Amino acid sequence: MTAIIVAPRPSPVSKSIAFFGNGVRSPAPGQTILFKDTEHLIRLAAVMVIAVVAFVLLRTAVVPHSFGQYGHYRGDAIAEAAARPIAHAGHEVCEACHTDVVDQKKLGKHVVVSCEACHGAQAKHADDPASIKPPKLNTAVLCARCHEANSAKPKGFPQVVTADHAGGLACDTCHQPHRPKIEETGSAKDKPATEAKK
Amino acid sequence: MDITRRRLLILLPAAAVAWKFVEAGTPEAAPNYKLTEHWWAMLVDIPKCIGCGSCVRACSEENDVPDGYFRTWIERYHVSDWKIERPEVESPDGGKQGFPPNEISAGKDFFVPKLCNHCADSPCTQVCPVGATFVTPDGVVLVDKSYCLGCRYCVQACPYGCRFINPKTNTAEKCSLCYHRITKGLTTACCEVCPTGARQLADLKNPKDPIHEFLKTHTVQVLKPHMATGAKVFYNGMDGSVR
Repeated sequence: MTAIIVAPRPSPVSKSIAFFGNGVRSPAPGQTILFKDTEHLIRLAAVMVIAVVAFVLLRTAVVPHSFGQYGHYRGDAIAEAAARPIAHAGHEVCEACHTDVVDQKKLGKHVVVSCEACHGAQAKHADDPASIKPPKLNTAVLCARCHEANSAKPKGFPQVVTADHAGGLACDTCHQPHRPKIEETGSAKDKPATEAKK
Repeated sequence: MDITRRRLLILLPAAAVAWKFVEAGTPEAAPNYKLTEHWWAMLVDIPKCIGCGSCVRACSEENDVPDGYFRTWIERYHVSDWKIERPEVESPDGGKQGFPPNEISAGKDFFVPKLCNHCADSPCTQVCPVGATFVTPDGVVLVDKSYCLGCRYCVQACPYGCRFINPKTNTAEKCSLCYHRITKGLTTACCEVCPTGARQLADLKNPKDPIHEFLKTHTVQVLKPHMATGAKVFYNGMDGSVR
């Protein structure tokens, strides 16, 4: 390997400086050599350059392109989270078809209760109403979840001890779930607790 | 049609404009949704909660949460008259099937629905070593399932116990504030089914959101304010004994 020698300036004052020397040839008069035996240094530099290039290439290949778009995370993850399908259709979707139920609910206190609170997630039924039917509900279990007496429930909320109130009968034997208040006075003794102020 | 030089010069810019749409690929899931226009939060009105568990069941169905794990759950508190600093808290199966009748004893009882607080300065995102969990520009803390290593740092870091490792995927999981719903203009599954309106989704950047009027007229609190997590689930009427 030949030494790279900076050509000395034609100035009598300044000494010329060579950065590399191969150690074989002694420096010319008026020359200073900064590094001796340069071959290993150049090899080392080449290895480092290759390593840096390899790192940059590998990093580009491995790190997703959207990483860092919004912060220290994969930006595409936001769109992926948003793209998941929904399971609950939402009461507006139900009400578009089941107008008769909407009319019933308007007359009672259950108007504020969303359809899927009792009927479960029905997005699949909304997409294909003909073949996917919502399951039949057991009112004895369902109504009790909200209306079974419990000291932690708000005092004004209508509550009953179902064992005393219904004696094992399903709630929809007497009550119409979409409009639960019983209007007839015939069964005044079993006045439903929905009378109470909410 | 012959391609003359004149026609080619007209066609080329048109093709260039069309190519932009080809390049854009499939449209986003929510094309009209802008990340910077929202800042999501939730309001929990404790005096309205009846502990029916509708929210827990809806969350489980909406997000395919494995049995025995919860992204949201309900706790029943019993604060006795004399042992006020030691409330008794129970949450049978996360309150999924409602609560059994309790023995009535001196003191007060109430329900507290819990979920991820979607902290603005969330400890869970700070400890994630790989950037698999993050706060979105619209204020929701999400988990990137494909990036999560399942190292459990975040599970330990969350002061509210809102995270768990999904046994099927072995990745961290938590409430996503139904991100797939709110970005489509729907409310969350839990808010959709809440029969008493005890839970309400709120967009703090939307000046028309009723949350603003509520916050002005009520005294609300967040859980563990001393942790300075910037929690965004606001509790109305919360007792001081709630942890």
